[in-house]
Amino acid sequence: MEAEAAKLIGAGLASIALVGAGIGIGTIFGNYLQGALRNPSAAPTQFANLLLGFALAEATGLFGLVVALIILFVF
Amino acid sequence: MNVIGAAYAAEDAGHGGGHGGGGTGLPDPMHQFEIQRIIPLELFGYDASFTNSALFMVIAAVLITLFTLFAMRKGALVPGRLQSVAELSYEFVANMVRDNVGTSGMKYFPFIFTLFMFVLALNMLGMVPYAFTVTSHIIVTFALAAFVFIGVTLIGFWKHGIGFLKFFVPSGVPFVMLPLLVVIEVISYLTRPVSLSVRLFANMMAGHTMLKVFGSFVVALGLLGGWAALAFMVAFTGLEILVAFLQAYVFAILTCIYLNDALHMH
Repeated sequence: MEAEAAKLIGAGLASIALVGAGIGIGTIFGNYLQGALRNPSAAPTQFANLLLGFALAEATGLFGLVVALIILFVF
Repeated sequence: MNVIGAAYAAEDAGHGGGHGGGGTGLPDPMHQFEIQRIIPLELFGYDASFTNSALFMVIAAVLITLFTLFAMRKGALVPGRLQSVAELSYEFVANMVRDNVGTSGMKYFPFIFTLFMFVLALNMLGMVPYAFTVTSHIIVTFALAAFVFIGVTLIGFWKHGIGFLKFFVPSGVPFVMLPLLVVIEVISYLTRPVSLSVRLFANMMAGHTMLKVFGSFVVALGLLGGWAALAFMVAFTGLEILVAFLQAYVFAILTCIYLNDALHMH
């Protein structure tokens, strides 16, 4: 296989990390909504944690994106 | 097609074809991250040029300073619009430090506030069309994160002496497991600056790349089909502004959490 083709396949494989980020973000917002509907008065106090969890989950997917970019542009 | 061709030609004139985007006919989305020297300067064999990156850092610092000074120049009891914004941002960060570190952490409030406002200003400046996003470069975010990491570690050792090493020994685990867990704890501590910097950098770079790619779809689809892509662009721009704020917030709050670890050891 040509090195160029292998590079592109590798970069594509690395972006599968975004699957995990999608699951994570869905879990966070879904569970937040579930909790918020059960106990609406407690919801605003946890909004900061929601945003923090969202950002942390999204970042793990972006790590995969960084790996893809490293494969594409560095090697 | 002529208009599109001209737009792409103008893009191409600025750089030598780019890396990956060759042959697709779309402009290179990585072009926007290029660093240009504005005032070339060489110091002791190092390239210390004043670049567009440095320019936007200066703009951010000047904007924050002018904003806070101008907004608080009267210091009225009943705040006006600008003073409200300044007080809100102060209260926002102050509450963040108080909730996460406690009142003993208020000593470090000026640093957290500066960090938050600086990252926020850089992220928001990046959302201005044709502006340069400083935080989309790993070296900038890594420098910030490394400063936080080293500072927090020094505070931990200064506060607890050599006892800070107990931080790496989790309590209440079987003795046999300890060697493994200590290694894991040390590794997770050492990856903190990496994850802190890569999180901000990757978010900003991925966001701006995506905006550029969708922007080129608008041009490529033309008057007929470009509207759908344009609607996406508007939504994504809104999302990116949210992310710009969120990442500054996350950067600051994680700094608070690390500071709390160093001050109170779990």
